[in-house]
Amino acid sequence: MSGGEEVLFWVLAPLMVIAAAGLLVVRRAVHAAVCVVFVMIGLAVLYVVQEAPFLGIVQVVVYTGAVMMLFLFVLMLVGVDAADSLTETIRGQRWIGLLLGAGLAAVLLGVVAQATFPPSVGLAQANAVTNPVALARVLLGQYVVAMEVVGILLVTAALAGLVLTHRRRLGKKPTQRALAEAKVAALPTGRQLTPLPAPGVYAQNNAMDTPALGPDGRPLEHSVPRVLRIRGQQRSATELLTAEETLVQHIEPDRRTPDETEEDR
Amino acid sequence: MDLVNYLYLASILFALGATTVLLRRNAIVVFMGVELMLNATNLALVTFARMHGDITGQVLAFFVMVVAAAEVVVGLAIIVTIFRARRSASVDDVNLLKS
Repeated sequence: MSGGEEVLFWVLAPLMVIAAAGLLVVRRAVHAAVCVVFVMIGLAVLYVVQEAPFLGIVQVVVYTGAVMMLFLFVLMLVGVDAADSLTETIRGQRWIGLLLGAGLAAVLLGVVAQATFPPSVGLAQANAVTNPVALARVLLGQYVVAMEVVGILLVTAALAGLVLTHRRRLGKKPTQRALAEAKVAALPTGRQLTPLPAPGVYAQNNAMDTPALGPDGRPLEHSVPRVLRIRGQQRSATELLTAEETLVQHIEPDRRTPDETEEDR
Repeated sequence: MDLVNYLYLASILFALGATTVLLRRNAIVVFMGVELMLNATNLALVTFARMHGDITGQVLAFFVMVVAAAEVVVGLAIIVTIFRARRSASVDDVNLLKS
């Protein structure tokens, strides 16, 4: 092990352990995912240092690129806000779990400490034809059957993913006519036929949380997405309009403000 | 320092992953713990390959990665299906068979 590798290891290893421990501590699942991503990228760096550049790249592409993104997709699907419940269903589970984890760590570390390892050979000879080529020779020579089986496994897993997440339609698919009739039927209850108006565009502001102004100059409540309204994250239009007017006054002091809209508001 | 330190790191990461599986309730976080354990094993395999000067360890790590990818697809699909049926991703809520 060279000096540079030693420094890299001692910088990276504690950070990776902290990130992995974060998996135990953090409440939100998204934060846990970020912790795991950090550990995985750290591992990729360690692979490259350990004369396995191909695996390092595959680690970034497959694990952080595909697997963790899949995790995040499912998190978004299941609901990011689904925080862990704190109530224990099995009494003392936390302490038993921690005890078992500590015991496992003690056993593993003890085994590694007890074992005598041969003097490290290094991969300089095995990697003489570059690492990917050497890897491919073993993979497609000695382990070609295992490789084929793994290919079958991947196809099966892809099919399983499709089958498991396939949703069977319970009712008949509504036709366009039925949808239109339902919309008309809902008119007396205050629904409208046309699409909802888009959020407002102002001189200084063009965002989803600002309501558009109707023909009468009043802000339209329903031009802001429903989710933002429920969360109470919409901004008031009057505040933006006054900001806009002061800006106009600043640029063109002679220009008169349109009085009729002022009165209306 | 020699290569044994990598094995210590792999052991610690494996134990942390296992503890996550035991402690957390959110099925997705439990799954991340499993991924962490697989990754720790890979680190040990890569270190062994370097120790013995034999690239077979890396081939094995490669196979672990592929199988882990397949496992993630199926596992997450199961989680999504359970979530659709029960509106929850907590492993404690899956106790329908309990009498």
